[in-house]
Amino acid sequence: MDWGLFLIQMLNGVQLGVLLFLLAAGLTLVFGIMDFVNLAHGSLYMMGAYFCATLVQLTDSFILGVILALPLTALLGYIVELIIVRTLYTHDHLDHVLATFGMILCFDTAVDFIWGPTGMAIPLPEFLDSHIDLFGGHTFPVFRILIICTGLAVAGFLYVMVVHTRIGMLIRAGASNRTMVMALGVDIGKLFALVFAVGAALAGLAGMLIAPITEASIGMGNEIIIVAFVVIIIGGIGSIKGAFVAAMLVGMIDTMGRSFLDQLLKLVMSSESAETSAPALSAMAIYILMAMVLTFRPQGLFPPKVR
Amino acid sequence: MTSLFRTGLPAFVMVAGLGFLAFLPLLAVWVDNIFLMDLFMRLMILSIAAVGLNLILGYGGMVSFGHAAYLVIGAYAVGIPAYYDIYNGFLQFAIAILAAATVALVTGAIALRTKGVYFIMITMAFAQMVYFTFVSIEEYGADDGLTINMRSEFAGLLDIEDNFTLYYFVLASLIAVLGLVYRIVHSRFGMVIAGAKGNERRMQAIGFPTYRYRLVCYVISGAICGYAGALLGNFTNFITPEMGDWVHSGELIFMVVLGGAGSLFGPVLGTAVFILLEEYLSRLTQYWHFPFGAMLILVVIFTRGGINGMFRWIGAKAGIGGRS
Amino acid sequence: MLRKITALAAMGAFLAAPAMAADKVKIGFVTTITTPAGVIGQDMVDAVNLAMEDIGGKMAGLDVELIIEDDGFKPPTGKQKVDKLVKKDKVDFIGGFIWSHVLLASKKPALDSGTFLISSNAGPSQLAGDQCDKNFFSTSWQNDQTPMAMGEVLNQNGVKSVYVMAPNYAAGKNMIAGVERTFKGKIVGRDLTKWGKDAQLDFSAELAKAKASGAEALWVFYPGKAGGALIKQYEQAGLQGTLPLYTVFTVDSIALPKLQEGDLKGVLGSRNTQHWGPDLDNPQNKKFVSGFKKKYGRYPSFYAAQSYDTIFLIKSAVEAVNGDLTNKDGMRAAMKTADFPSTRGKFSYGNNHFPIQNFYLREVVADADGVWTTKIVKTVLENHQDTYAAECKM
Repeated sequence: MDWGLFLIQMLNGVQLGVLLFLLAAGLTLVFGIMDFVNLAHGSLYMMGAYFCATLVQLTDSFILGVILALPLTALLGYIVELIIVRTLYTHDHLDHVLATFGMILCFDTAVDFIWGPTGMAIPLPEFLDSHIDLFGGHTFPVFRILIICTGLAVAGFLYVMVVHTRIGMLIRAGASNRTMVMALGVDIGKLFALVFAVGAALAGLAGMLIAPITEASIGMGNEIIIVAFVVIIIGGIGSIKGAFVAAMLVGMIDTMGRSFLDQLLKLVMSSESAETSAPALSAMAIYILMAMVLTFRPQGLFPPKVR
Repeated sequence: MTSLFRTGLPAFVMVAGLGFLAFLPLLAVWVDNIFLMDLFMRLMILSIAAVGLNLILGYGGMVSFGHAAYLVIGAYAVGIPAYYDIYNGFLQFAIAILAAATVALVTGAIALRTKGVYFIMITMAFAQMVYFTFVSIEEYGADDGLTINMRSEFAGLLDIEDNFTLYYFVLASLIAVLGLVYRIVHSRFGMVIAGAKGNERRMQAIGFPTYRYRLVCYVISGAICGYAGALLGNFTNFITPEMGDWVHSGELIFMVVLGGAGSLFGPVLGTAVFILLEEYLSRLTQYWHFPFGAMLILVVIFTRGGINGMFRWIGAKAGIGGRS
Repeated sequence: MLRKITALAAMGAFLAAPAMAADKVKIGFVTTITTPAGVIGQDMVDAVNLAMEDIGGKMAGLDVELIIEDDGFKPPTGKQKVDKLVKKDKVDFIGGFIWSHVLLASKKPALDSGTFLISSNAGPSQLAGDQCDKNFFSTSWQNDQTPMAMGEVLNQNGVKSVYVMAPNYAAGKNMIAGVERTFKGKIVGRDLTKWGKDAQLDFSAELAKAKASGAEALWVFYPGKAGGALIKQYEQAGLQGTLPLYTVFTVDSIALPKLQEGDLKGVLGSRNTQHWGPDLDNPQNKKFVSGFKKKYGRYPSFYAAQSYDTIFLIKSAVEAVNGDLTNKDGMRAAMKTADFPSTRGKFSYGNNHFPIQNFYLREVVADADGVWTTKIVKTVLENHQDTYAAECKM
């Protein structure tokens, strides 16, 4: 066993994990507090990437691009909440799924119309576009370290906010007992809009962080959003802590599966079959985990307390 | 008890629709465009799947976000035997129905312990597992899919290699499935299912083991979709795991809701609107997904009960029709 | 615009009764317009439109009607579109096809109906081998050939071990088979990654494996946008010093503008193999490349060159029979001679209707205006025929 490689893959897993967490955090809050299923959360992830790419082109600075794109994505989230999402709170989950599915189609087409089908690269400044040397000749890209740090910082910030502030108290209360919060006379409309906008900004941030590695492209959010749903179901709907733990778990399973599963499978099947099966099976693993959680602990690993 | 007997549209309109389907091949030949038959065959096959989904979604209130998986299972039940040069249609269709029913039984037994959005997500999870299972099997083409060289053979009784025969076979299947669902919904069994949708506790209190009733309903629904999948495999001659992608499960739900969940002909209507819009909008502009998505949002926000409900609403305003 | 006209015409045909006799050449062209891979399709469509202009919209005096269809990067959609082209539009030729799995899914309805099917890119082994067909032609190559040339280059460079990565679909598997066929050293590891509309684009785990495998070189096949992403991550991981990169169909005029935009200088000087290059010296290619650059303001890709060739191949067939489109045998015989001006210069067809042609080593350079492009370094394989031709009973 190559322990150096193992550690590198752990880092890759953590990096994927924090990315998923950024997406899942907003999703789980919106779901937990508004009881709203938002498939179009992945579109906000995409929009964040496109906003950032455009702004980086204009300003020639990645950092500036991100700083400007964040409020823009939040604003977009706010507008979407105001115009469409707000009218849907009284509907059931099925309607949410359908309407937000429609929103995905609209967002994808709008991006195609505005930015074209090509996709956009986000160039990185020199100091981020390199790598650091670790032990034993292993290297790790600086930018991926930045992703990990950003993700952890956001997680810490959200934790403090949810646990120690008044707004956080309302959010916690909203996630476990919505009617009670409304009864307290809080302007629930404002709280909802705020949570939705923050969720959008976090999703956008995830998009901005992945785009320099891949690129901003149409439909980039459509697969990862399903994984983000898996994360929040495993973690327990409405729970930031659950989202964090589950995101790490899923990121780790996916990366480790891609790294080592084919070698395991080669012990029992031909190498070509193993190479075809391994990526599919590691993708399947997270759904198996979710089904197991739903079967044995339907409320997720860390459900928000008291109901 | 909401919606057992409503058909929304007067039944004769739907019967006229089926009549149109019966004469469509003649029309296609007359306008020298036999592609029309392909279009309507796809429409009818997906209608069958939508009618199957409607049984649990519309009547039973169980929102399965993974029914495309049963289509894939049905399709591979034709494709895998064909890969080994086994073209016996009776066998293939039997496998399709049994395999879909078995998977539905196992996954349904677990999924039905959950409620609401958890049910949506767990059915999606199982569908993804089916999808990735087929993706992982190198032998049957994995992601690239599998070409079916010959359609099912029915011991000389039916030659569905001929498109006209296949067309009427599909049409007959659609009518049969509609009849089956009608019978189920109007049986005592159907009453229990609908009752459990409205108030499960009450049904349990009266003494019905609702879990078992729902599971049976779920299995029947999966089997119908498996049957539709077998038809789909025969129709397209080419199958791929991608047919089981969650997006297609979402589209099936949309078809049901668009036409009006919980009405007999609603899913057929919804599928027709979906398929025809897709076909003709996509020819007009490459940005056709936008109006399509916008329509989806508007349908959800403004019409509870889909197009069917819209007709009923218009009917009620005008003071005619609508016997709901 | 063309799409709109075609759409209107299609709707008209739907309303109007029986169609008229063939007084024009109808060509269907199936490629990927939507999804991020649409950038490749756009390059192909641009080339086809240029070719249509260059021939004045006529073949043997007949008007040419072009019907472009989008396969959405999905095999079932591609097949559906071919069904429509055959049954509804009743086209005489179907060209296009970027992706091997889409072509494999789509071939049955076209060939069953006796329509000529011309691949402008995809070259799956099945169609070159036991599933070859008299009405199928390729204006590109068989998938294995280009990586076979790369395998030779690896040998010539004295590389002893290599790690290979490719997307998990028909062509990816062919490409790996190709490089394995000629490369004499050791393949120390292989990764097949998820492909299709939700293709994997983050290769962190795979690149770490490649690095740790101790291979002397990394060989990849990633067409379209995945190529750009891979090269970026390869650079970010700092592999260019330690693990030299050899590519096929990855660094092309589709990826290069993006790489230049991202200022990924590491790609300059990198080498790939191809049967064509924008600087290939023959009259037809000069006309094509300068015309393309003038009209669209960028370099054409090999996809574009093959699509351009597709129209000229069809033209040669139609002219050989003086526009008698019912004379399929005559058209087939004409196409078999490959007697048309090709952007790759003169070549011939093998028994399986795949080209027997040269493969070159190309290097990424900046041109006189500073635009990144490729330059042909040398010929690696001369008049090369694919290995599956022997399995084709034609």
